[in-house]
Amino acid sequence: MDTLLPVASGGAAGPLTADELRELYSLMVAVRHLDTSAIAWQRQGIIPGYAPELGQEAAQVGSGYAVDTTRDFVFPTYREMGVARTMGVDMVAYMSTHKATWHGGLYNPMESRLAPIQAVVAGSVLHAVGWAHGQTLDQQDGVALTYFGDGASSQGDVHEAMNFAAVMKAPVVFFVQNNGWAISVPTERQVAGGSVAARAAGYGIPALKIDGDDVVAVLEATRRAFAHARSGNGPVLIEAMTYRRGPHSTSDDPGRYRSLDEERDGAGIDPLERLRQRLLAEGIADEAFFAEALAAAKAEEEQIRTGIQALGSRPGTEMFDLVFQETTPALQAQAANWREESEHV
Amino acid sequence: MSNSILEGANATGDDTATNTAADSPAPTTVMSMQQALNRALDEVLADNPKAVIFGEDCGRLGGVFRITDGLQAKHGAQRVFDTPLAESGILGMSVGLAMAGFHPIPEVQFDGFAYPAINQIVCQIARMNYRSRGTMPMPITLRVPSFGGIRAPEHHGESLEALFAHVPGLKVVSPSNPHEAYHLLKYAATRPDPVIFMEPKSRYWQKGEVDAATHDAGGGSPTGAKVMREGRHLTLVAWGAMVSRCLQVAELAAEDGIDIEVLDLRWLKPIDAEALTASVRKTRRAVVVHEAPLTSGLGAEVAQLITQSCFDTLKAAVERVTGFDVPYPSGDLEDEYIPNIDRILFGIQRVLEYKRG
Repeated sequence: MDTLLPVASGGAAGPLTADELRELYSLMVAVRHLDTSAIAWQRQGIIPGYAPELGQEAAQVGSGYAVDTTRDFVFPTYREMGVARTMGVDMVAYMSTHKATWHGGLYNPMESRLAPIQAVVAGSVLHAVGWAHGQTLDQQDGVALTYFGDGASSQGDVHEAMNFAAVMKAPVVFFVQNNGWAISVPTERQVAGGSVAARAAGYGIPALKIDGDDVVAVLEATRRAFAHARSGNGPVLIEAMTYRRGPHSTSDDPGRYRSLDEERDGAGIDPLERLRQRLLAEGIADEAFFAEALAAAKAEEEQIRTGIQALGSRPGTEMFDLVFQETTPALQAQAANWREESEHV
Repeated sequence: MSNSILEGANATGDDTATNTAADSPAPTTVMSMQQALNRALDEVLADNPKAVIFGEDCGRLGGVFRITDGLQAKHGAQRVFDTPLAESGILGMSVGLAMAGFHPIPEVQFDGFAYPAINQIVCQIARMNYRSRGTMPMPITLRVPSFGGIRAPEHHGESLEALFAHVPGLKVVSPSNPHEAYHLLKYAATRPDPVIFMEPKSRYWQKGEVDAATHDAGGGSPTGAKVMREGRHLTLVAWGAMVSRCLQVAELAAEDGIDIEVLDLRWLKPIDAEALTASVRKTRRAVVVHEAPLTSGLGAEVAQLITQSCFDTLKAAVERVTGFDVPYPSGDLEDEYIPNIDRILFGIQRVLEYKRG
């Protein structure tokens, strides 16, 4: 049995409105369609690689929806396209990382409140703690939301981050998407004790272990966590149980480590279908709305794909110009040499 | 890892001027490097309300070397604070603080303790400006008590400059005396880029004159190397604690009529190639001295820079007098490892006696 410390209640909003529920559905459809299209882009040679998030739409849209971009800051990994889309980040600029245009993406992280795409597993979890402590020092009320997975929970940096955040009472929400797989290694071979949320108690951090495929549960939990952290109660951990329905990346071959039967059993009901059934049952949306949402998602994907295809390479001078704020003579000399010896001036 | 042995070393320091405040007007003062660094940090905190100092034991204790002594009492526990004992955590949180508009001045207690933080230093701090296309500068000044010479336990005497200098996105600097320590730290701690500030811990308690008003009386650049002694026959290139040793060597060599120039490199990245060129064009001979192991040490980089610009005028190949390719030894063998006066003199002799053909 997990013994999770309680999250302070109060400050959380009431039940979701019909408009909010419909918006969540539209976002999830947009993310689903862009995500599955990105795999097609890769197969068509439009982008060299992609890390799909199929099945994690509820976890990403639900948590990203709780963010207040006027004061909070989000620290993603490389698989948070759904969070970026929900936060309103320019998706051509975001997807450019998968076009191999620029590692961190072309979006402005400071303006979008989304840190650059992070390829180091657990690399940015400590950054969230530092940023959050800065809020404390500045007497501001922003909250840092940091994403990581069940695999990343094995990294020492996650332990250090949770300990630092708890000691400093930093306003951080640790959002774990436990999707069952770290490339080929299942959670039971990864997470001793079977639960990342259970570990939070060891740091004195309240935790919520939730159904990550229920977008409403995810949003409500994240809002509670934000309210808790914003009120000066320190960090919260949310473990959203979900399932990575697709491969780790477009280079991965899940057939080598899990069967189709295992995949079907582990995945359970599609989170998008779950929300659809709920909206139908509650009379909040009808088939016309769903068709309209899908059409909008398709139009959006087409626009993003056109933008990605039109994206040229960055000028090579940026390799040199963006290393430092204050460049060095050695770097200038190398840049001059490169210019002289290369054709693409 | 116990630091109790090292804390005893502080007893040899003179603490009469430990807390020289920012308001002290005297332009030239005799002080130890520990006092000079303390004063520089005091002034940085006073000048920049966004500067914050943190690390293991930096707060109430003032650091195991007392470099931050009195700063928490003066500037408050929000500006100068202790962290849990985890170097990756210290450097990782520096990234977030920098994003939030602060100028973090973290301390890694000893050189060898930087290894657990390498991922954050190399993969995060050094690359964030680049990754974010210049929108997230990392004005982080990482202070690292460095090099050997104090009979310390294992992992307390490492020379990591080549490792740091090899990482794109980092700058590396090391002061050789109290005056340099004061000015270089004040300069480094106001830069918008990450700087690894390597303090020669064996020099913490040696005193010297600090002219707070002027860094380079000769008009040199704060990012450049500095000629510490002019000479005609050979250039000794060094940094950190090796500079004063090379100055000693130069005095001894002068007794034999050998006129040696000593160049304090100061910045190990970027290296002041122009200063190397100017000095060796004149002397036509060079020996580079460092504590770090020989292979792929910074001496190789210095030798290549000299060779490239002075090939036609060099009288002999650039010689290296360095530590060995061995793990840094225990205190009893430390003097065998660190370049000593005799070994540096042998290196000089090899260069001076070189005959072509």
